[in-house]
Amino acid sequence: MDLTPTPSQTVGPYLHLGLTDTRSISRVAGDGAKGDRLRLTFRVLDGEGVPVPDAMIELWQADSEGNYAQHDGAPNGASFLGFGRLATAQDGSCTFETIRPGRVPGPRESVQAPHINVSILGRGILKRLSTRVYFAEEPANAADPVLALVPENRRATLLARPDSTRPGNWIFDVHLRGEAETVFFDV
Amino acid sequence: MSSPLIQSTRSNPKEFVTPFRRHEPGTQPDYFYPAYRATRLRAPSQPLIFLPHTLSEVTGPAFGHSAIGPHDQDLTRQHAGEPLGERIIVRGRVVDGDGHAVSNSLIEIWQANAAGRYAHAKDDHPAPLDPNFTGTGRTLTDNDGFFSFVTIKPGAYPWRNHHNAWRPAHIHFSLFGPAFVTRLITQMYFPGDPLFAYDPILQSIPDERARQRLVSKFDLETTKPEWALGYRFDIVLRGREATPFEK
Repeated sequence: MDLTPTPSQTVGPYLHLGLTDTRSISRVAGDGAKGDRLRLTFRVLDGEGVPVPDAMIELWQADSEGNYAQHDGAPNGASFLGFGRLATAQDGSCTFETIRPGRVPGPRESVQAPHINVSILGRGILKRLSTRVYFAEEPANAADPVLALVPENRRATLLARPDSTRPGNWIFDVHLRGEAETVFFDV
Repeated sequence: MSSPLIQSTRSNPKEFVTPFRRHEPGTQPDYFYPAYRATRLRAPSQPLIFLPHTLSEVTGPAFGHSAIGPHDQDLTRQHAGEPLGERIIVRGRVVDGDGHAVSNSLIEIWQANAAGRYAHAKDDHPAPLDPNFTGTGRTLTDNDGFFSFVTIKPGAYPWRNHHNAWRPAHIHFSLFGPAFVTRLITQMYFPGDPLFAYDPILQSIPDERARQRLVSKFDLETTKPEWALGYRFDIVLRGREATPFEK
């Protein structure tokens, strides 16, 4: 058997049918989860700054102590799933409810700053785009081993900023292409 | 159980986690492929930043049997009546790059009906909807990595990417695998479809052998007499780098 990994293809414009109409997950952390609660709004924009109304965002994060969930939630309710999935609306946005992740160990005894791992899929996107959400003003960012790999003048594209009009709400813009292009990772 | 993804710092001080293998050139599409028009404004223009794997990359969500409903893997039994079209069984095995089974792993599928129409508000192709077909399913691979779905063969459909553009008949597949980095979205095609050479989405994969991996094979063993033709579609997810422990 040929063991070269299967190639990727676009998720297409009808992803909602299979993935989000009945299978969205907006609450990444249940009511019982420990940690600082927050709402995180993504806005996906194309190379001309136009909102992308048919994209899908998935996120994967650690809990407030920096641990990744190893098993899926039991029917009687594990509070922390760590995984979310939403389709973008007409204005290119979607909003998750979660808690601020704790710090996860990194390579060579380092510790990573709080971050959320993000997948972006959509029509016109031939394979999953991978990025990370970090939090503006977080002191640990200065020593994060992954941020250090990013050219300094592009690091700001990975910072979620607080929504000044609504406390507890954060905003992260995904610019797929162009001037303010978000950093994407080769994972 | 397969070898651990995470090794303790005491036994393996240099590498905290076992990274996954990277893709060989040509085996995956590029992001920018102008023949597929929508990539022109949605593909990144900057080079990707190489990210060595950490715990964040080698862990991933797991979904249990509570995520699967009783008819989720049979797309012909989700409504009062049976859908029109050729009933087919799609069977396959999910393995990693070392041939190890990817067991108890979630697969989600969706597709058009036999006429080539999706049960989706955005599809305005003038082909009839089938009241007995929504076209979505999910299953978990078994302990040996096998899965199967019962469905009907989807039709080709037009998509206005260019003049007289038609997608070859396909079923969308979504898999998680064991880690964030093994996440795969792909499409399964059917053997002998005359549209392959004209389809920019399939042609975006540079390597001809790699493209062939997305074409299912007619399988007489999976075919059930007087019931349904069978197609075999195996899926390979990324394998891990070898470590001193595995050698």
